[in-house]
Amino acid sequence: MEEKQNSQTSLDFNQNIFKPTSREEIVEIVKTCYRKNIPLEINGLKSKNKIGRNFQSEKTLDLSDYKGIIDYKPEELYIKVKAGTPLKEIIGELDKNNQQLAFEPNDFGYLFSGQSNSGSIGGVVSCNFAGSRRFKVGSVRDHILGFQGINGKGETIKSGGTVVKNVTGYDLSKLVSGSFGTLTILTELSIKVLPKPETSKTLIIKNPHLKKALDFLGKALSSSTDPSGGVFYPDYFGKDFVLNDLTHDGGLTAIRIEGPTNSVDQRVNRLSKELGLLDQELSILDSEQSNIFWSRTKNLEVFKSLKSNLLRIVLPMSETLQVIQKLKNFEIKYFIDWGGGLIWASFDRLNTKILSEIKDTVKKHQGYITLIKVEEDLKASADIFTIDPIKYKISEKIKRSFDPKRIFNPGKMYTGI
Amino acid sequence: MSSLQMPKIDNAIMSKKDKIASDLRGIINSKNVLSNPDELRPFETDGLTAYRQMPLLVVMPETVEEVSQILKYCNENKVKVVPRGAGTGLSGGSMPLEDCVLMAMGKFNKIIEIDYENRCVVTQPCVTNLAITHAVQDKGFYYAPDPSSQIACSIGGNVAENSGGVHSLKYGATTNNLLGIQVVLMDGTVTKFGGKAMDAEGYDFLGLMTGSEGLLGVITEVTVKILKSPEVVKAALVGFPSIEDAGNCVAEIIAEGCIPAGMEIMDKALTKATNDYSKAGYPTDAEAMMIVEFDGTEHEVEAYIQKTKEIAEKNNSSSLKISKSNEERLKFWAGRKAAFPACGVLAPDYMCMDGSIPRGKLAEVLNEISRLSKKYNLPVANAFHAGDGNLHPLIMFDANDKESLRKCEEFGADILKYCVKVGGALTGEHGVGIEKRELMCEAFNDKDIQQQLTIKVALDPNSLLNPGKVYPILRKCAEEGRVHVHGGKTKFPDIPRF
Repeated sequence: MEEKQNSQTSLDFNQNIFKPTSREEIVEIVKTCYRKNIPLEINGLKSKNKIGRNFQSEKTLDLSDYKGIIDYKPEELYIKVKAGTPLKEIIGELDKNNQQLAFEPNDFGYLFSGQSNSGSIGGVVSCNFAGSRRFKVGSVRDHILGFQGINGKGETIKSGGTVVKNVTGYDLSKLVSGSFGTLTILTELSIKVLPKPETSKTLIIKNPHLKKALDFLGKALSSSTDPSGGVFYPDYFGKDFVLNDLTHDGGLTAIRIEGPTNSVDQRVNRLSKELGLLDQELSILDSEQSNIFWSRTKNLEVFKSLKSNLLRIVLPMSETLQVIQKLKNFEIKYFIDWGGGLIWASFDRLNTKILSEIKDTVKKHQGYITLIKVEEDLKASADIFTIDPIKYKISEKIKRSFDPKRIFNPGKMYTGI
Repeated sequence: MSSLQMPKIDNAIMSKKDKIASDLRGIINSKNVLSNPDELRPFETDGLTAYRQMPLLVVMPETVEEVSQILKYCNENKVKVVPRGAGTGLSGGSMPLEDCVLMAMGKFNKIIEIDYENRCVVTQPCVTNLAITHAVQDKGFYYAPDPSSQIACSIGGNVAENSGGVHSLKYGATTNNLLGIQVVLMDGTVTKFGGKAMDAEGYDFLGLMTGSEGLLGVITEVTVKILKSPEVVKAALVGFPSIEDAGNCVAEIIAEGCIPAGMEIMDKALTKATNDYSKAGYPTDAEAMMIVEFDGTEHEVEAYIQKTKEIAEKNNSSSLKISKSNEERLKFWAGRKAAFPACGVLAPDYMCMDGSIPRGKLAEVLNEISRLSKKYNLPVANAFHAGDGNLHPLIMFDANDKESLRKCEEFGADILKYCVKVGGALTGEHGVGIEKRELMCEAFNDKDIQQQLTIKVALDPNSLLNPGKVYPILRKCAEEGRVHVHGGKTKFPDIPRF
C-alpha cells in the first residue's frame, strides 16, 4: 500500500480546485502543498461545508469524484467505500439487501438549500452528526470499523479494518470522526452496516408541554421496551407532521419502536400502558408513516430553508428542561431529539453577547453547542465550536501530529488548529 | 524474567531508587509508596503470567491530585510509569519495567454517583466491571460489556483495553458504552473527556483514550452508560456435524437480520473438555457446538429463537436445546466460561490466542489451525465469539520442554498472521500489550505505526508512560508470547476468561 515515489500523475498545480480520481493524485497534491505550505480546503459534496469557521485556503480539494463502493459484504455486515461516495448511493446499495446505516445521519440539504443533499460518506464521518437512534446505537463514530487516509505530509495511513472486534493500536477511527477534515484526508472508509428492522411503529403523544414530554421520554428510554427514537416538537411545529394517521397538529412527543412485527406491537402496547396514556391523547403511526416522520426529523425539515440561526446543543437529558427555560428569554424555536439529549434551536436574533450568554448557560449544564448556521458577520467573529483551554492545547498537539504544517482546513474548527 | 526485550534500563534512575521513593513519600502518604521486594512481588505480573518483572517502586495514590503530582514528578525526573488496575489483562499491558514506578490504582475503588435520570454511573476506575451492574441491578439496570473476567477486572482497565465480552456482538465493546473519563496526562494535566451528555465537543479524545493501553494517560474517573435489563433472555445450544455447518449457520443467522446478544462456537475438543469439567450437558459427539443467546421482549426472543431453529436445521444441526429457565441458560454458559480451567486438565500448559477474523472465514481459519496443529504436533482447542469473529485458540504444550514452548510460540504467531491474512486483526479484545507488540508490523506498515507513535509523543514527549507496550521494539516481526498458563495456574485461576 506504499504510495509510489514520484508518482506519474499529470497534476497541474496552477488550478485552484483539484478533483482527484485516484489516491495517487491526492497524495501528490498533499505532498506538493506540504512542501509549499499551501493550505487546502477539503470538500466532498458540500452539504455541510457551511458548518464551521471561515478560513483562508489557497486551493480546494474536491473529493466528489473520488467515489465508489470498494467492497460490500452484507453477511459480514460491512461496506467499504471511497470517501467521496454519495451517502445516497451507499444507502441505495444497502437497501437492496435490506440493510442500513443505523446511525441515521442528518441531511443538512433541507436546512441550507431547501432540498435533500445528504452529502458524501467522508463528510458524514468528518462531521459525526448522528440522527435519532443515537441513544440506542451510538453515533457515526461507533460504526466506523476502519479507514485509510492521507496525513498532512502526504503519507497514506490506516487504522482499524473491516472486523467489528479490533483493538490493535490506537482507535484512530474515533479521532478522525468529527474532526471536520482537519486531521487527515479520508480516502477509504469501512463502515458497519446492520439489518433494517422488520417493522417500525411510532407512538405519537399529543402534548404541548416540554416538561411532560421529557418525562415521557425519560420513562420510555428507561423501559425494557427498547425504543429507538424519542423526540418532542412544540406546538408551532405540530402542523409540519400532518400524516394519514396523525390529524393532530399541535405539540407532540414521538417514540419509535422497531423490531420483529409481533414484538413491536407488544412493546407499543406495553409502553403506552407504562406511560399511562389515554386513547384520545395517542396516535400510532404504522411502518410507512413512521419512516416518513423520522426521515423528516433526520432531515431537520422543520428548519427547511431557515433564514435565521441554528444551534445544535448536546447536553445531559436531565438538564434539557432548565436550559430551554433559560433560552426562552431569546426568540427561539426548537425541537428535542435523542430522547432529550439534543436540542435543535433556531434563534431569530443572535449576536456575540447573546451567544456567549447561551454558551455559558449550556456549559453550566454540562453541555456544549455547535453553531450550525449563523449569519455571516457573526460567523466571522464567533466561535463555532466550543472548547476549553486544556482541550485546546491537546487538540493543537494532536493536529500537529497529523498535519504538522496545518494545511488541512486550517482554522475550520478553532483558530490555530 | 523472560528474555522479552524491554526498553533500555535507565541506570541513573535505578541508582536513585531511595531518593525517588523518599520524594514520592513527600507527595503521598508514605505508607502508599512500596519499595521492599516483598511488597513489590505481588505486582510483578498481570494476567499474562509468562512474563514477570519487579518494578522499581509501587505507588498507590488515593486522589486525582496525587496522581497528577506523581506523574508531574516522574515526568520532570524522567521516571517511567506503568499504570495498573486490577492486573487481570491478558496481554501484559501492566507488566512492570525494572526502572518504573508502578502506579497501582486500587484505592480508586468507589462508585461516585448513580444517575438514573441520565442512565449513567460515574465511578472511580478500580471498581470492578461487575460491581457496576451490582450497584444498579435492583432498579433493573446493568452495564452491558461483560468481559469474562468481569468479577475481578477494573472498569479503568476495561477503558484502557477497550474490553469486549460475549455480549459485545449486540451491545458493543467498552468504547460504545462509555460517556466520559477523567484523565491525568504524563505532565500532570488533569482533564475530562466527555461527561454525561451523549457527545462531546471537539476531537474525540474519549475514543482515542479508549483502548490506548495506558500509553496516553492515567484514567481517574469513568462515566458509563447503563441499560435497562431485557425482559427475557433465552439461549439455544446447538450441535453440528462439522465446523463448516456451524460457520454457515452463524453467517446465515446474521444475514437474516437476527442480531443475537451473544453467539459462541466451540470445537469438539473444547466441548468435550468443558463438558467433562463443568457437566454442562453439551453434545459431546458434535464436531462443533454453538451457544446463541437472544434478549428482548418475549415475542421478540421467541421470533428469533424460532428463526435460529429453522436456520440451524437447514445447516444440518445434530442437536438443539432451548433454555427453559434462567438456570438452564446459565448452565449452557457455565461450560463455555470454564474453558480455561477445563483446558488446564488436558495439558500441563496452554496459551490462549485472541485473533479476529471475518465471520465467513471461520471454517477456513479453523482448518488452517488444525493443519498447523499437525505441523507443530501440538493439540489445540478452539473457542470463538462467532458472532463478531473473535477467535480464541488454546494451544496445549509443556513449558518444561523448551522445544515445545518454542513450537507453541511459532504456532500462535502463525495463527495470528493467518487471521490478518484473511482480513482480520491481531487482537479482538485482549489488547496488544507486550504479547503481540512485535506482530504489529503484520497489520500495519511503518507509516501507520509512525502516525500512532507521533500521537504518543504529542501527549508524552519523553515516552515515559507505559513504554515498551503495543508498539514494536525490535522493529521486526519477532514471534512472541500469548497467555501462558502452567499447570492450570493462571494469576487468578478462578476468574472466568475471555
